[in-house]
Amino acid sequence: MNVRTYVRPTTGWWRRNPWYRAYMLREASSLFVTLYALVLLAGIACLVQGRAAYDGWRAALASPWSIAFHVVALGFFLCHAWSWFAVMPKTMPFVTVGGRRLADRAIVAAGAAAAVGASLLVFVVVWATQP
Amino acid sequence: MRARSNKPIFWSLFGAGGMLAALVGPVLVLITGILVPAGLVLSRDTMGYDRVLAFARNGFGKAALLVVVALFLFHGCHRMYHCLHDLGIHMTPGRKAVFHGAAAAGSLVCAGLLVALGWGR
Repeated sequence: MNVRTYVRPTTGWWRRNPWYRAYMLREASSLFVTLYALVLLAGIACLVQGRAAYDGWRAALASPWSIAFHVVALGFFLCHAWSWFAVMPKTMPFVTVGGRRLADRAIVAAGAAAAVGASLLVFVVVWATQP
Repeated sequence: MRARSNKPIFWSLFGAGGMLAALVGPVLVLITGILVPAGLVLSRDTMGYDRVLAFARNGFGKAALLVVVALFLFHGCHRMYHCLHDLGIHMTPGRKAVFHGAAAAGSLVCAGLLVALGWGR
């Protein structure tokens, strides 16, 4: 016997509400995080194969398509970073300082400050050691 | 023995990858995907063969590459798997195995490649 159960339709629901759209955009960052990891993995694989293969990977990275992809990916990474710290007061255990709960705003600010600090550190190290 | 959920493991990997991607993801994409390939601000030779090979043959460099690739893969695959549910493709143990398996396979390949590069100064 064929049992027919009601299945709620799931097409296009995110278009109905700006909050849903923002949610989907945020979740879509996972695709770009995965693709970026694969780009790096391809680079390591080319490195193993030798200089010619590695230079081929670098040439591919310099193509307009690759640059355009990375510009879009940068936008999604920034969207991910912002939303990651914005929800940190909810995803983190309560932090109490002097018997009072640390304010949500302080947690978000600390996360954002840590990201800015870590990014500056990486950039300065790469910039200072470039040939 | 009671069967235990594997959820904490994958959630931790998702969380660690998300934190790493939030902290240094944007700057890594900016450096390796835009500035160095375009030769803007940073020299194109920043990612030259000899330099990157030396980095990948160094213990710190190996750890950094493996952590970035593996955690980004686990974060991305875990989140994409949950995102499919929102698109009407619902969660099953098989689909979960495909996504987490892909992240694990990518991480193992990365580790294997880094071992194949050997150790240098």
